[in-house]
Amino acid sequence: MSTVGESVRRKEAPNKVTGRAKYNMDMQSPGTLFAELVTSPHAHARIRKIDTQNASKMGGVKAILTGDDVAFLCGEVLEDRPPLAKGKVRYFGEPVAMVVATSEADAILASLAIEVDYEMLGVVNSPLGGLEKNAPLVHERAGDYVKAKPPVSPESGTNIADLAKIRKGDMAQGWKSASVTVEARFSLPPIDHAAMETRSAKVEILHDGRVLVQSTTQAPFEVQKLLSKYFGIKQGKVVVETPLVGGAFGGKATVQLEVLAYLASKAVDGRLVQLVNSREQDLATSPVGTGLQALIKLGADEKGRLSAAELTFWMDAGAYTDSSPRMARAIAAECTGPYRVDNVSCDTYCVYTNHTYATAYRGFAHMPMTFCIERAMDKLAKQLHMDPLQIRQLNAIQPGDTTPTQVTLNLSRLGDLRACIERMETLLGWEPGKAPTHISGDLVRAIGVSCFWKTSSSPQNAISGAIITFNQEGSMNLATGAVEFGAGTKTTSAQILAERMDMSIDDVYIHSHVSTKVDPEHWKTVASLSTFMVGRAVLDAADDAIRQLKTLAAVILRCSPKDLAVSQGRVYIKDDPTMNVAFKDIVHGYQYPEGNSIGGQIMGRGTYIVRHLSPLNPEDGEGRPGPSWTVGCQAVEVELNQRDWTYRILRAATVIDAGRVINPKGARGMVMGGMCQGLGYASREAVRHDAEGHLLTNQLRTYKLMRVGEQPKYLVDFVETAQIDAPYGARAVGEHGVLGIPSALANALSAAAGIEIDQLPATPEMLWTLKTGGIL
Amino acid sequence: MLSYPEPGPLTLNVNGDMLSLTPRPADTLLYSLRQELGLTGAKPGCENGDCGACTVMVDGLPIKSCLMLTAEAEGREIRTVEGLNNTVLQDAFMDAWAFQCGYCTSGFLMTAHALMEREPEADEATIVEWLRSNLCRCTGYEEIVQAVKAALEQTQRS
Repeated sequence: MSTVGESVRRKEAPNKVTGRAKYNMDMQSPGTLFAELVTSPHAHARIRKIDTQNASKMGGVKAILTGDDVAFLCGEVLEDRPPLAKGKVRYFGEPVAMVVATSEADAILASLAIEVDYEMLGVVNSPLGGLEKNAPLVHERAGDYVKAKPPVSPESGTNIADLAKIRKGDMAQGWKSASVTVEARFSLPPIDHAAMETRSAKVEILHDGRVLVQSTTQAPFEVQKLLSKYFGIKQGKVVVETPLVGGAFGGKATVQLEVLAYLASKAVDGRLVQLVNSREQDLATSPVGTGLQALIKLGADEKGRLSAAELTFWMDAGAYTDSSPRMARAIAAECTGPYRVDNVSCDTYCVYTNHTYATAYRGFAHMPMTFCIERAMDKLAKQLHMDPLQIRQLNAIQPGDTTPTQVTLNLSRLGDLRACIERMETLLGWEPGKAPTHISGDLVRAIGVSCFWKTSSSPQNAISGAIITFNQEGSMNLATGAVEFGAGTKTTSAQILAERMDMSIDDVYIHSHVSTKVDPEHWKTVASLSTFMVGRAVLDAADDAIRQLKTLAAVILRCSPKDLAVSQGRVYIKDDPTMNVAFKDIVHGYQYPEGNSIGGQIMGRGTYIVRHLSPLNPEDGEGRPGPSWTVGCQAVEVELNQRDWTYRILRAATVIDAGRVINPKGARGMVMGGMCQGLGYASREAVRHDAEGHLLTNQLRTYKLMRVGEQPKYLVDFVETAQIDAPYGARAVGEHGVLGIPSALANALSAAAGIEIDQLPATPEMLWTLKTGGIL
Repeated sequence: MLSYPEPGPLTLNVNGDMLSLTPRPADTLLYSLRQELGLTGAKPGCENGDCGACTVMVDGLPIKSCLMLTAEAEGREIRTVEGLNNTVLQDAFMDAWAFQCGYCTSGFLMTAHALMEREPEADEATIVEWLRSNLCRCTGYEEIVQAVKAALEQTQRS
């Protein structure tokens, strides 16, 4: 029986099509109190006074908190963020005060009655704007903040929150070898995760000291640790539960509302309090994906072989650092794109701005980074009169090459980019060197391509675990700490377990929620690592269970455990399967016919800890950022109307080296969904601000997503180069569908329109402005 | 014009059940379904009519329940995802992997179910036109369109 490689349905599918799947706000407890935030209407202002008097007298109000009630700063890497603004506000939407009341309506009414007196300050409205001389300072003394998880190097008196450096090879030599160079600037807006379920948290503090948290987090174990740390509570007393999550995309890996909900509960004697983002708050108050500005210089010899890359990235960290310093290192680690470049110099700055702060977004900043590199590669190809796929094929990173952080790659770690590019040529019916095609009248068609790579850039000690218990009938319960937000991690783990036990997936039971109380820790459900890390732990647990099953069966069958194998819920003698014992007769102990019993409940336990990772050296970036890479090639075909600059996206294609596809429909769906998000970002999505830093896109009618009918025809294919240390060879594929799509679209439109699209989103108006200079 | 100055009891016909509740005048149908009647299949996504996650059927038409007051729904036939059981459409959604996180699914199902009732011969353009009222952030939409097409085809065959 084979389960790996089969498109088995998601375990929770029947509940999701009947409205019975429970998300965080689908479970209500009588007596819950409601918290409501007062948020800043300004991007940068000093708080002169907060008047809560009128609000506190209103019906149903139980407590009001402001920054004066909170004495600590938050931050995963750098502790720079007050849970409620203190002294000044640094972005539109920042929490300033919080009301706790007996009903949602009372909480909202009271929040509207709180008066805040602000004194306006100048704003930093872009990363490069933040580096200008005399730019306003978002943080006056960033250098004084506590570094919770170094490395991070904020510079007081500037808006620089951090700098990650890569120095590899010899730049002088690199430029000397270059006969062709390109230099280009890029500017990309922040993106919003826009998960359909907004973020929410519920907290109750019991009188025995336990803190019960239920939230939409991708990182329940991180919430547990941070609440423990911020409030001085033993970790064991903090219980965090995450039910099914309605989309996350990295935006729910950060810890924000949980801290506020804890403060709210504490203010009302520990009663259960819920704090739920409205869509407007989810877009303005909770973190976004980073915007990016960049200056890219590439050098290549006359054949098109890259010899030098000098790269500067300025990330829009927004008002607080959150995970930006880690993302800066992730950009640095893969700054060249998936190409061999022996001489690399890269500086990635995290710049404080008066924007909503940035956190992980699907791809951990690789999508905007890839945009810059892949646009530059097309410019280089154009200068060299080379085919865009050919120049990528020529430079594709190979086993034996080293990464910007000087990791020597092998096939297992890297996968096969050249095979992906070849497969893409077939998939598209690629005609090398083909110019954009005039279809009729004003319509022009063109294909743009791009390549990507990504590793996890995760902590060097990230852990995962799995526990298998058996039901008496012989079926299994599988507990893991990975959150189910749509990526199918629970089903994938069940498939891996069913495969190793050689049992039906129907005999593996999972629970869709995660509880820090009973589930083994999985670091965070991020970085596309769950199949790998949880999968390894599941295999370890399965092997542990098999060992126990064989040991007990060996006694009953009077043989060595070495003579035994498991299959179809039985332990059997390999050379004579008719001699066997059923799981149901041994998993809760074995009872001899005369009544005596031996053994006990079989429980498999498995763990995994990532190995051989090392932090990046602050001077040259040397270090190993992740266990393996995923590479791939993408393409977008557009049909542009040169009269009004509207366009249709005809085809979007991805070939990805998936190592081994565990669930074909699941993997295909993840990749298509990624492409759709990438197309949305490239064509219309943008977190936009006015000159004063007010957020202009705080609703889903101004922050526009793709809708049905705008999606292209999707082409998806997989190369399978096994990652030897991964479960059944499976590589990370969760995030990757998004990575190269914006650049592929911009490459297609640049070719079709005869312009250079180095910013996003590529709206018809933007194309028209670039083409005509904005003159009618 | 209808006027409900004070909270008073009213009866809603939801999935064929006559259910009594006492909403505030400002309560939306979405709020009452979820908080009062425990029917949490309809989801709040934007409470602004933009995303469609809260879509239910009212008198056979898909309605964004965040934009309808509970008081307006009295005397009308309301159908929520909890009222769909073992339909061809639900099966097609599972087969086509037409959801990932599943948060938008109830809304898509109710829009599509209304479409199947009112436009049993719908072509792809009609399907697209109807489904544009709903947002999904996980899938590439192709899966959802395929599911609805498959369900329509199967219904036409039988």
